[in-house]
Amino acid sequence: MITKEPLTNMITEDKTSTHSPRINLKFVREGMGEEDIQKTMVKVDNLSVYYGKFRALTDINIEVKAKKITALIGPSGCGKSTLLRCFNRMNDLIQNVKIEGKITVDDLDIYAPDVDVVEVRRKIGMVFQRPNPFPKSIYDNVAFGPRLYGVNKRSKLDEIVQQSLMQAALWDEVKDKLKQSAYALSGGQQQRLCIARALAVEPEIILMDEPASALDPIATLKIEELMRELAVHYTIIVVTHNMQQAARVSDFTAFLTMNPDRSGMMVEYGLTSQIFTNPRDKRTEDYITGRFG
Amino acid sequence: MPRETLDRQLHHLQDEVLLLGSMVEQATLNAIDALKNQDVKFARRIYDQDLTINEKRYAIENAILVLIATQQPMAHDLRILAAILEVITELERMGDYAKGIAKVCMRLGEAPINMPIREFSRMAELGVSMLHRALSAFVAENPQQAYAIPAEDDLVDDLFNRVYRGLVASMIADPETIDRANLLLWVAHNLERLADRVTNICERTVFIATGELLELDTTDDEDTEG
Repeated sequence: MITKEPLTNMITEDKTSTHSPRINLKFVREGMGEEDIQKTMVKVDNLSVYYGKFRALTDINIEVKAKKITALIGPSGCGKSTLLRCFNRMNDLIQNVKIEGKITVDDLDIYAPDVDVVEVRRKIGMVFQRPNPFPKSIYDNVAFGPRLYGVNKRSKLDEIVQQSLMQAALWDEVKDKLKQSAYALSGGQQQRLCIARALAVEPEIILMDEPASALDPIATLKIEELMRELAVHYTIIVVTHNMQQAARVSDFTAFLTMNPDRSGMMVEYGLTSQIFTNPRDKRTEDYITGRFG
Repeated sequence: MPRETLDRQLHHLQDEVLLLGSMVEQATLNAIDALKNQDVKFARRIYDQDLTINEKRYAIENAILVLIATQQPMAHDLRILAAILEVITELERMGDYAKGIAKVCMRLGEAPINMPIREFSRMAELGVSMLHRALSAFVAENPQQAYAIPAEDDLVDDLFNRVYRGLVASMIADPETIDRANLLLWVAHNLERLADRVTNICERTVFIATGELLELDTTDDEDTEG
């Protein structure tokens, strides 16, 4: 009955040694169950995007949940940023772009002919990879949007500026120098200023395109913490190349990759806790374990 | 391959699990040999060697923590590591069972006694065989093999029941044997628990392959070893 071959015979390799005398780890993970899935904020139906003759995205379908963070991940060129820019019609600014399919935000078809694009972009703010404050004071950066939308009363603007900066976790650092140039701030502070600027027009959705990739690790973690705080009130969609960041910060993850014709497609979309522990699709598995892309 | 370092370290950890498993197998079979021959010296050595099993388990655990911290494993890689953490705990406890049998041997001493050694040997052989194949399936990530093994536990349970009834009968017939028979009950109990724990290893093999934590155990007995 006893198998004669010793277990040690099955050892095929023993050259490396894993080592480390001591380690102190603190694992923090907020679990999320199926019951947390709630209202759909953005619904994408069969979205395809063309730049001229090149098809950049093919048949994307996704339901972005309200007041959650959704991460879009995938290899370079898979169309993550293109998809993100569709959500507030930023692609309209590119020549020869053609969009098929439908995107509804809070039941509004944002590509319907009678839609006010300015209103769409107010409702859906955006934060870019590199902090891009205006060459103005900290105050004027945040007040810029509200002024554009007709808020001129000083006391009202003061209130909006303070509230936005507080929400962006920047108020304490800048409250005594609101008149100084935004360029005097550090990269991380500038990025939080851009977030405050986006918040000042009271959006419902915040799009973030690699919001921390130009920042150092501490500034990155501050942005991530801020995103978690903002997700209490806002729907956030973030494009990131940093998979650990997607795992740390998001509730849902969508994995996109390229078709053989190099157009982007969505492979898998689900709870971040599931995507990063037990993805359904081999291509997702290969990408997140670092074996492809 | 972009993840050669991680792959090599995962492979190494699986090898370490096999090594730990072979130590436990050997300790179990040795403990039964010591008992059969009432070899107290040998038993003492087995008892002391449990320390090396414990040390290996902690070394593997530490290596896993380092790997998680430095390589950020995901998905299948992460499941392997989580599964190994569980399996090495099971193996260490199995090592404790062998140590417990060695301790019984030391307490029984060298005075000749009747014991159900044939049943003990059979239980150990069955348990070790199950363990052996469970670990093979574990490193091969073969859930089909893993599914098949837990059912064999019934044979071990039958032997346990037979030994139990025999020892209780001997205690009733001759109360002077109560001390010794009680010690021998512990031997039977440890061997029975060893086979039970093999099921947990099989469950982790299924987990690695599917991501699902399934209960493969068919019985509902509890862990009552002291």
